Order: sequence, then structure tokens, then C-alpha cells
Amino acid sequence: MIAAFSGTWHRVRSGELGVLPVVGLLALVWLVFQAINPAFLSSDNLVNLTQQSAATGVIALGVVVLLHVGQLDLSIGAVSGLAAAITAVTSVQWGWSQGVSVLVALGVGLAVGLVYGMVHTRLGVPGFVFTLAGLLLVTGLQLRVLGPTGSINLPFETPLVYLSQRAFLAPAASWTLVALIAAGYVAARLVERSRRLRVDLPAESLGALAARCAVLVALLVGGVAYLGTNRGVGVAFAVFVALVAAVDFALRRTRWGRSVRAVGGDADAARKAGVPVRRVFVSAFVVSSTMAALGGVLATGRLAAANQGTGEVELVLTAIAAAVIGGTSLFGGRGSAWSALLGVLVVQSVSTGVLLAGGDYSMRLVVTGLVFTVAIWLDAVARRARRG
Amino acid sequence: MSAPVLSLRAVAKSYGAARALDGVDVELHRHEVLAVIGDSGAGKSTLVGVMSGNQRPDAGEIAVDDRPVTLASPAVARSHGIASVFQDLALAPNLDVVENLFLGAELTRGRLLDEVSMEKQAWELLGQLAVRVPSVRVPVGALSAAQRQGVAIARSLLGDPKVIVLDEPTASLGIRQTAEFLTLVERLRSRGLGVVVTSHSLVDVHAVADRIMVLRLGRVNGEFDASVATQEELLAAVTGVESPGNGAVRGGGAR
Repeated sequence: MIAAFSGTWHRVRSGELGVLPVVGLLALVWLVFQAINPAFLSSDNLVNLTQQSAATGVIALGVVVLLHVGQLDLSIGAVSGLAAAITAVTSVQWGWSQGVSVLVALGVGLAVGLVYGMVHTRLGVPGFVFTLAGLLLVTGLQLRVLGPTGSINLPFETPLVYLSQRAFLAPAASWTLVALIAAGYVAARLVERSRRLRVDLPAESLGALAARCAVLVALLVGGVAYLGTNRGVGVAFAVFVALVAAVDFALRRTRWGRSVRAVGGDADAARKAGVPVRRVFVSAFVVSSTMAALGGVLATGRLAAANQGTGEVELVLTAIAAAVIGGTSLFGGRGSAWSALLGVLVVQSVSTGVLLAGGDYSMRLVVTGLVFTVAIWLDAVARRARRG
Repeated sequence: MSAPVLSLRAVAKSYGAARALDGVDVELHRHEVLAVIGDSGAGKSTLVGVMSGNQRPDAGEIAVDDRPVTLASPAVARSHGIASVFQDLALAPNLDVVENLFLGAELTRGRLLDEVSMEKQAWELLGQLAVRVPSVRVPVGALSAAQRQGVAIARSLLGDPKVIVLDEPTASLGIRQTAEFLTLVERLRSRGLGVVVTSHSLVDVHAVADRIMVLRLGRVNGEFDASVATQEELLAAVTGVESPGNGAVRGGGAR
């Protein structure tokens, strides 16, 4: 989570707020709901919260990547529903091994993304327009795959259900992971620092580096220890966080990530600079659809069922809201993979918090909508500030 | 004189019924600054677009060092040693100076970006060109027009091009920045580059060019040695008034 803080001060000064606002927002949401119902911050509730976040969070992560190139896919819910249906039908009714079913479902998501990318780059139509057509098409396919019953239950003992519901990292495994992440992070920082010093570039002071690493370690140790007083860190949530870290790394440290951000900032400038703009758009649509499919697979595992309601419209809106609340700009080119994690935690906290506070479904939608509105407002204000 | 580093022969380009370029020949040598001037709609932007690979000509031949080439895109033009500074500068406002300088040509270490080497080279390059920025890690959108242009020119110099094409470089600059820019162009020439500059400003062009080519309605309407050409002659060629001795032209030429 700390990686998101790197360079934040810099971005704050240049009118870009980074992830700080959403960290503050999350703290505020937690304090308010804790004051209303002391069960909110119990380790039991937080474990549930993390486990519920995984599926929507993975879909939001795809939204973050696609928003980076300035596009929106409104059919991600339908694609996740189709992936869920394929997984359930092929593994339960056709007797495929679940691993193969999941791979096929992900492959279908990837194929949908390829088609979208092609449509966008050949016709130049904005994503939110043609993905509406895709939404209808894919929803139709989902219903056809599910068949007349419209709902398929996964046996409780299958690997997918086990992994997404009841599998938690053993304490030894959690702590080993924490140690490895912390050691890797510190080592990478030190190597970077010495390389910079060797060529006379300004480098972070050892004190600042130590402080940064201490915050990371404190968050990791605190989180794992607190969740550990209950069931621990769920495998589904761990997979989600690992994906976020991987996407963050790809966006910041690879040529692909640099191209994605450039295309989102100014696609014509990127083309003139020699960036393969079409390929970048296609790759972003593919990542988004594949993540949506993976989110659908995780949701199936968690519900132990795939039905006509899997991937309904609310899921799309929740995933997009999570990405934007997390601080990824709707205008393209700005954001962070970590906004998927932070944003989905805010959205899920509001959901469970409202219920724990005695509110109902309508209340939950209203509060989420208000938070989303504030996030859009902040995004627009930051954009205007940058334009000066 | 040695073979031209860049030559265009009988280049033509139409947009629908409008002929933007009609049989234009250009020769550019090393150590030379060629200015292309002309009224709005004379075909300057199209000519520069063809040279930079941003626009495909309908007809004509292009050669770099006497080898025929097809400039299918700005990236291809770059690979042939022709770098361009577009009028809109083609910088991504959300990326910082280093990211923009190396965009599309990033340095890598293993498969990952080598930020340290890129940042180091960025400082060196900006220092050579005397481009002053507060930090190479600020988003380009936060820089002044002159700083942005410095970054765009610095980017064009990465990868040791033979030719630099500058489209309306002084349009967004103030007086002092224009003077600094003209010095910079002279520095490019002394490095041995061929430089093509388009401009609306006859004064700026006169100050820096070796040769001046006038475009009018998509055709070459005269080429002048910058050291002897007068403002009146240039203006007459730009506007298409036949006799340079005409009093009305001289009156207009005195600005």
C-alpha cells in the first residue's frame, strides 16, 4: 500500500492529489461507522469485508487500467456474469475440471476485450457507447449458457468454492509473506538509492527511506495481526492484493505502463512520439475484460452459484465507483492501481456499515452514490487546478 | 556541395479537391537552416507533415542521404534520422519531463524502465540546450510554454538525428524566449544538423535561416539566399505580387 505514497508530496504540489484523499476518506468512513456500531471494526467484520472486496476489487482493477487510457467498459458486469455462467455450466453440468473451466471463462473475457479493442481502434467510437451493445450481447449469451433453470449451484466441496470462501493463509504463511514483502521493498529502495547516488542524482535521505519502510511494515504487520485474531487473511483477498501490486508495478515500471499513461494523457502526442497507440488501447480493453471475467469467477466461488443475477448492473456501477473513489481520473492518464483496493474498501465499508447501522438497501445506494459524487467532484476540481 | 541529407522531389498532397502541395522539391544539407515561409494555407504545415512522417504524400519521392525512403509514421521518420518538433509539441501533459523526453524510446534495464539512467541523461541534455526547468519530475502540463518547447526540442535531439523539423516554433514564445530559441537553432546547425523551420515571422526567419523557401498555394514561389534577400522580395513572393519593385509592396513590407 505504501508504494502508492511514493511521490505523493510531489503530486500534491502539482495539483494532483494521489491517494491521500481516499485514505482520509476510508479513515473517516471507518470512524463514523465504528461510532454508530462498535461491531464495525471488529476483526470478524473486517475479515468479511476483505473477503467481500476481492471479486468487485478485481473488476475495479480492470476499470482502473481502462480509465488510464480514458475509456470505460459498461459491459464488465455482463462479462463477469458470462464468465461465472461458463465456469458453473462447464464444471457442474459438463464435468470439466474446474481449472479448465476457469481458464476457458478467462479466455472468453480476453476475447471480448480483443473485439472491443478492435472496434475502438478501427471505428474510433468511445468505449462507453459500443460496450452498451456488448452489454446486451453478452447478457444474452450469459442467459443462454445458464439455460432454462437460470441458476446453477456449485458443490460446496469444489476447489473454487473452497478457495474463495474458506481458504485462509496459515499464520506462518502470512508472516513469511510479510517478511518477504518488507525485505524486498527495503532492498529495492536501497538499490535504487545507491544507483542514484552513484550518478550524482538527488536521492532520498536514509531517514525518509526508513520512515517510508516503517509505515509499510506497520501497515502489513498491523493488518495481518488484527485479521489474525479472527480467521486471518483470506486467499481470495491475498490474490486480489497481489494482482493490484502486479498491475501497479506494470503501470509504473514497464514500457507498457508508460505507454498506457501517455495514451490516456494525449493519444495524438503519444502517436507522434512513436507509441503504438492502437496496441495500447487493445491491451487496455483486454486487461479490463479479463479482470471482469476473473471477478465473475471469484464471485461464483464466493456465492457457490452462478445465476441470472450474477454481474447485474449494480456491480458495474460499484466497480467504476470504486475506481474513481480510489482516485483514478475519469479523464484518463492519471490514477493508481492501488485506487482499486482503496476504492473497493470504501464502497464495501459503506455497504456493510449502512447495514450494521440499521439502514437498508436503499440507504446503501444513496450513501454510495453520494460518495461517488464527491469523488467525481474532486476529480474535476483537480483537473481544473492542473490546467491552471 | 555534398549530397543533400534530405530531399523531396515532386511531392503532391490533396485534401479532397484542395491541392495542399503541388509538385514541391526540397533539398536540405547538413549544417544548413532552411526556412519555409508562406501565407496561411500555402502548404507549410502539409510540407512539414510530410517530412515528419505525420502525413503521407499522394505522389513524389523522398530520400535520406540519397536512399529512397517511405515515411509512414513519425516513428519511421525518426528511425531514418528525421526528428520533428510539432506545432502542438506533442507532449503528454500528465507525464513528467523525463517520461516525455524518452516517450516511445524508453531506456530499459532487463525488461524494466531504467529511471536512473533516463533522469541522468535528461539533466545532461537539458543542460546542453540551456533549457531550465524546476525539476525533471514535474508533469509537463505544469511548465511554461517556453519550457515545454525546450523539452520538445530536447526530445527531438535524443537518438542523434540528422535532420530536425521545427513547425512554427516561435508562435507561442515571447521576445526574449524567441531570441534564446534562435540561438538554440544556431547551436543545432553548428552540431552539423540540417534544420527545417516554418514560421509566420519574416524577422525571425531572416535572423536564423541560410536559405528561405517561399510556398504559395501549394507551389514553390521562389527560393532566396537569406543573407541577400530583402523583406520586400520575400513579402512579394509570399503574397504573389509580381514586381518586387512595386511601391505598394514596399509600403507593406516595411510592416
